[in-house]
Amino acid sequence: MYISKFSQLGARAVKNFIEAPLASTSRVLHLPLDQNRYLLPLMQKSFTTAADNAFEEPNEEKQKISVTFVDNDGEEKNIKVPVGMSMLEAAHENDVELEGACEGSLACSTCHVIVMDVDYYNKLEDPTDEENDMLDLAFGLSETSRLGCQIIANPDIDGIRLAIPAATRNFAADGYKPKPH
Amino acid sequence: MAMSIALKRLSRSFSTISSSNPLRVCVVGSGPAGFYTADKLLKKHERAEIDIIDRLPTPFGLVRSGVAPDHPETKIVTNQFSRVVQNERCSFIGNVSLGSSISLSELCAIYDVVVLAYGAESDRVLGVPGEELAGIYSAREFVWWYNGHPDCSKLDPDLMSTDTAVILGQGNVALDVARILLRPTFELASTDIASHAVAALEKSCIRKVYLVGRRGPVQAACTAKELREVLGIKDLYVHIDEADLLKTPADEEELKNSRIHRRVYELLSKAASSGASHISGQRELHFVFFQKPDRFLESDDKSGYVSGVRFEKTIVKENTESGKQIAAGTGHFENIECGLVLKSIGYKSVPVDGLPFDHHKGIVPNVGGRVLSDASGDRMQFEKGLYVCGWLKRGPTGIIATNHHCAEETVASISEDVEKGVLIPMSSSQQKPGREGLLQLLDSRNVRFVSFGEWEKIDTAEKRRGMLKSKPREKLTTWRELLKIASE
Ligand SMILES: Cc1cc2nc3c(=O)[nH]c(=O)nc-3n(C[C@H](O)[C@H](O)[C@H](O)COP(=O)(O)OP(=O)(O)OC[C@H]3O[C@@H](n4cnc5c(N)ncnc54)[C@H](O)[C@@H]3O)c2cc1C
Ligand SMILES: NC(=O)c1ccc[n+]([C@@H]2O[C@H](COP(=O)([O-])OP(=O)(O)OC[C@H]3O[C@@H](n4cnc5c(N)ncnc54)[C@H](OP(=O)(O)O)[C@@H]3O)[C@@H](O)[C@H]2O)c1
Ligand code: FES
Repeated sequence: MYISKFSQLGARAVKNFIEAPLASTSRVLHLPLDQNRYLLPLMQKSFTTAADNAFEEPNEEKQKISVTFVDNDGEEKNIKVPVGMSMLEAAHENDVELEGACEGSLACSTCHVIVMDVDYYNKLEDPTDEENDMLDLAFGLSETSRLGCQIIANPDIDGIRLAIPAATRNFAADGYKPKPH
Repeated sequence: MAMSIALKRLSRSFSTISSSNPLRVCVVGSGPAGFYTADKLLKKHERAEIDIIDRLPTPFGLVRSGVAPDHPETKIVTNQFSRVVQNERCSFIGNVSLGSSISLSELCAIYDVVVLAYGAESDRVLGVPGEELAGIYSAREFVWWYNGHPDCSKLDPDLMSTDTAVILGQGNVALDVARILLRPTFELASTDIASHAVAALEKSCIRKVYLVGRRGPVQAACTAKELREVLGIKDLYVHIDEADLLKTPADEEELKNSRIHRRVYELLSKAASSGASHISGQRELHFVFFQKPDRFLESDDKSGYVSGVRFEKTIVKENTESGKQIAAGTGHFENIECGLVLKSIGYKSVPVDGLPFDHHKGIVPNVGGRVLSDASGDRMQFEKGLYVCGWLKRGPTGIIATNHHCAEETVASISEDVEKGVLIPMSSSQQKPGREGLLQLLDSRNVRFVSFGEWEKIDTAEKRRGMLKSKPREKLTTWRELLKIASE
């Protein structure tokens, strides 16, 4: 659901915003924090397309990195993600089925991904205590687990591969206990 | 005729689409389990037409009535749930209670598939003397009270006759309740907490809260996030006895195998050794370990009221059968005086007529979400078309996300049964009536259901009222108000 409708919503907000007079630019900053955090990358993106090309860096294309999501069934999807965008937003913009119950506010653990290559995992900044607190509760935690909403595209991780953990079929009848890390 | 009124409302409230051979599904309960189930079913089955019923006029289950008011980020998931109902093949039908508005057998006769996701709306009991004394509440009632659930808006717990509260249990619910009692009220006032609760908390005399666990800090049931939060409350003196932090070899082994417990234990150790001294006037939070409730003490001056809890000191040892570390009494007792007790030892599901139920575990017996009618023989026998999800299926543990995986499993079972052809009738004469049948039945019983559009009126009214008080919403907390706004 969220995937397509999610981005539709975002797109609608962006559209309203773009249609508003330029003077209202600062209004964006008064949006509630969560909404703001979610919308900003979208807005910046739409802005570069909507605005005059003169604003754009000539090497805009180079500012995108390649990311591959591997879903439950092993199916792969390669996408290009602008530097600065989170993997959760990138997934949603590209119809990749990654949950994001709290829309990136570090309160749900549903955006859990597993970095498939340890070298890439090591290139990421260490998770904060708050991210670790949510990872504690992630389903099917592994040594290279991270939250998709906390991984931000940067040139160092160009080529990163992220697995979306599969829910096991034999889901424990009396409550799921995460595996030890 | 009365029926036509309902049918008129039906056509106004719902877009009626119908494929030639739909799979008619009723999900009972609009909490995370219900919504995740509906979402997954809609995606998997193009012919699924889903009605989510709930006994309340408001959707979202514990996300509205359980999740703490100072956790707005956690409630963002309701955006996602609302989008599920926007699908034209899905609708919300509130104010309809399974067991009183409609029976299970009636529901099963109307729908091809019934998924029970009605949670756990009762409490585990301790079974110790004095449990019925005034001043003792279950955490569920207290949480419903501060979250404005219409069944507990009149709870009115007395927070003024005592300065001490004892919370039994050390799970996340216990920590939520402790935080609400101890957090500065000006911080709570800008949340969606019920206004009757802020008013009572502003006048509260509770200065000291004991969080009592029957096992040790290694086994504490809470998670690091909630613990970090309660330890970080402004102007709070936290006491943990360092002697309680000593570990046995079995404890060491347990910590090695559990990341959550390791991180919780580390936080507790850090708090114990921080050595902060108690500044007078500061509120206090005492973590008490290795004490199990033995009886509640009745007040001498106020008959029928609780004045304290008697605990038996425990040691934790391994149960040879289960391999789990359990609390065993030592025969040493001590009392904690208090005027308020909140039992936070777990929720419990309640059965409805005709539903197989495991009273010991407090769940509906199931395999992968298929309801078992009989597991006694060699072959397992399932209830055709009847499934279960969420706390009713697994027991009252797990976060919102857990229900996502739980729904995935239940929906996989439904899909298998659809593929096997056991769920969709072959001929149209066998087709079940689905939503129309439900609404006719409700109408004949004068049950006034609440549609999603009507819930949106409640939502708008709450947000509008909230704006006047700089709150995200001011909840409507009585049945009368909720139903009144819904019909405006
Ligand atoms: C106090 C508390 C705080 C929590 N905080 C968090 C948190 O911060 N983060 C987190 O991830 N998880 C939290 N949880 C856990 C989370 O709320 C649960 O995992 C989840 O709500 C369980 O989902 P459910 O759908 O099974 O049940 P519920 O959410 O309880 O939904 C059940 C629904 O069924 C309805 N219903 C009940 N009986 C009937 C009937 N007879 N007929 C029709 N409808 C009926 C109810 O009205 C309700 O809407 C918390 C739990 C509690 C108790
Ligand atoms: N922010 C969040 O993520 C959040 C917030 C609230 C709730 N939740 C989730 O909701 C679920 C329910 O929470 P919960 O706190 O109700 O349950 P819980 O985590 O199972 O904790 C129950 C507590 O009660 C104790 N207990 C049980 N029976 C007892 C008895 N007879 N005597 C004494 N103590 C007893 C348990 O001790 P033992 O360990 O010894 O059995 C435990 O400390 C949990 O999975 C929780 O994580 C999450
Ligand atoms: S989306 Fe909730 S933690 Fe990432």
